Amino acid sequence: MTLPATPSLRTSTPDNDHVIRFLNVRKTYIMGSEEVHALAGITLPFRRGSFWALMGPSGSGKSTMLNVLGCLDRPTSGQYFLESRDVSSLSDDALSEFRLRHFGFIFQSFNLIPQLTVRENIELPLYYLGWEAAASAARAEELAERVGLTGRLNHRPNQLSGGQQQRVAIARALANDPVVLLADEPTGNLDSATGNQIMHLLAELNGQGKTILMVTHEPDIAIYAHQRLHLRDGLIDRIEGAH
Amino acid sequence: MRQFRLARNIALGIKNLLLHKLRSILTMLGVVFGVGSVIAMLSVGEGASKEALERIRMLGSNNIIITSMKPVEEEAGSGGRMLRLSVYGLLYDDEQRIRETFPAVDRTVPVKILRKEGRLHDQTLELRMVATVADWADLVQRPIIAGRTLIERDIKDRANVVVLTEYGARRLLATQSSIGQTLKLGPDYFEVVGIVKNETGPAGGVQTPDQEVDAYVPLSLARERFGDINRRRTAGSEESERVELHQMIVQLKNTDDVERVAAGIEAMLKRFHKKLDYKMSIPLALLREAEATKRRFNIVLGSIAGISLLVGGIGIMNIMLASVTERTREIGIRRAIGAKRKQIVMQFLIETVVLSTIGGLIGVGIGVIIPWLITYFANMPTVVRLYSLVLSVGISMGVGIVFGLYPAIRAAALDPIVALRHE
Repeated sequence: MTLPATPSLRTSTPDNDHVIRFLNVRKTYIMGSEEVHALAGITLPFRRGSFWALMGPSGSGKSTMLNVLGCLDRPTSGQYFLESRDVSSLSDDALSEFRLRHFGFIFQSFNLIPQLTVRENIELPLYYLGWEAAASAARAEELAERVGLTGRLNHRPNQLSGGQQQRVAIARALANDPVVLLADEPTGNLDSATGNQIMHLLAELNGQGKTILMVTHEPDIAIYAHQRLHLRDGLIDRIEGAH
Repeated sequence: MRQFRLARNIALGIKNLLLHKLRSILTMLGVVFGVGSVIAMLSVGEGASKEALERIRMLGSNNIIITSMKPVEEEAGSGGRMLRLSVYGLLYDDEQRIRETFPAVDRTVPVKILRKEGRLHDQTLELRMVATVADWADLVQRPIIAGRTLIERDIKDRANVVVLTEYGARRLLATQSSIGQTLKLGPDYFEVVGIVKNETGPAGGVQTPDQEVDAYVPLSLARERFGDINRRRTAGSEESERVELHQMIVQLKNTDDVERVAAGIEAMLKRFHKKLDYKMSIPLALLREAEATKRRFNIVLGSIAGISLLVGGIGIMNIMLASVTERTREIGIRRAIGAKRKQIVMQFLIETVVLSTIGGLIGVGIGVIIPWLITYFANMPTVVRLYSLVLSVGISMGVGIVFGLYPAIRAAALDPIVALRHE
């Protein structure tokens, strides 16, 4: 007996090549009496180890896409497979668990907790993962070294430059050894030299096997990515780069 | 693992509170003063009631005390006459009737009080002679300093013996241990057989202030020698009273019978006494009344405590809500990283409970110091009970939980995306 070949509708076939698959993902907001389709049906697989830049004018749906990708938001309809598991309709707690174990977030405004030291900021995901203090401290030191922040562990975020703060954020994003790094305009608050340093660091991490999905509107930054996804009105406009 | 997390959560909470020291202290003040004043008030209440309760308890909870009382109409009297005799009070027959009628009665102790001048050589002292039976010493216990108290044989033999209280003994005998000396009481001579300590304060509540110069003699003897008429001279007039017994302590075998027998005695006395020339006091009833008063007092204090802690709690909630708003971004970050809602709830709840508990502990400190100051400066008895301290800290922790829950839930309910965008 042969099933009709409808790959786009397959639901749970193990797929080791693709860490993330979007199947007709829609996200609709109700604004007053109007429906706004932030994502109007996107079907796209993301290969393991790839480096994507999500681009498009404001309102094109790139931020919404990043939120859905990062399990911060659920799609209104469609399916989202993360490591072959459908996460499109999980509970809030289950989504938190996925974020904790699979993602690392890097934000435009760094989003470090000001009252915590660099070390404590880096340790934050490990705290929620329930790591012991000693192991957690060792991990923080290792990560600080990896992002070039040796000796700054006991500083407060406000004692660091923007570039250094973003490095702390990257170290924090790496703490849980995530499958996917999600970056939202990671260089938006940095001068171009510092921005390029950060992009070099991200490219290096991608070289070590991390899948990176990055929202940006700067072409100079987007060139670091291997694929550039252009969105327009919640739909895929075009894809540039090796697919 | 769990404990380790809780410890870290608490450490984090303290750290966050230390970040805004002044704010934290101001927030705590409500609980501090709430708890402090509650403990202080309770200690004053406890101090006052402890004294009263102890005094009553010493009267014996299975006793009924009947005291002779000059009727009101007698007191008014006709002032024109220079010499008058008033007859009132408990009768020897009353004692016998009570003893014989109520099987629940264990024993009765009759007391007759006479004023006599005591003399030893050239020393004289106005004494209050308490004529009673041997059981008196059992019911109104006083430590013996020397010799013995009255015994059954003294009563039977109508022996000329006297037991003095310490103060009187010192005044008359010069030394405390001069047992065996002969003391002149009124027209008669008595051998001093014992000296007992005079209780200051709650001395069985039976005696009036000049108890320290009491002289205990056998009732049988006093009745034979001195009769029942007592003369009292007041400026220009002489008053005489005929009182058989001044007081009677009825001791029951069982506390449960007190109220029933008391009612029976009252009915009996009413039948044999035309006038109301006696007064009954039932320590058990007084005790119950005192305890009920104390309970009411505690309820009032509890309400005041409740209100002050409520105000303190609202203060905490107010600040925590402000803190949640201020830390919206932090909440967003934690949620994005993977913190679950309940972990955010715990974080804020722990912070509130830490705040209110520290406030409670400081309050306990103040609550212990204030009663001490009250006792020191106002000389009022205060009793700080452990339960009030434990209860206060417990309640302040509870206040933290109750008033911290809403801000914590609000914090956890924030949409992480919105929270991250918050400036």
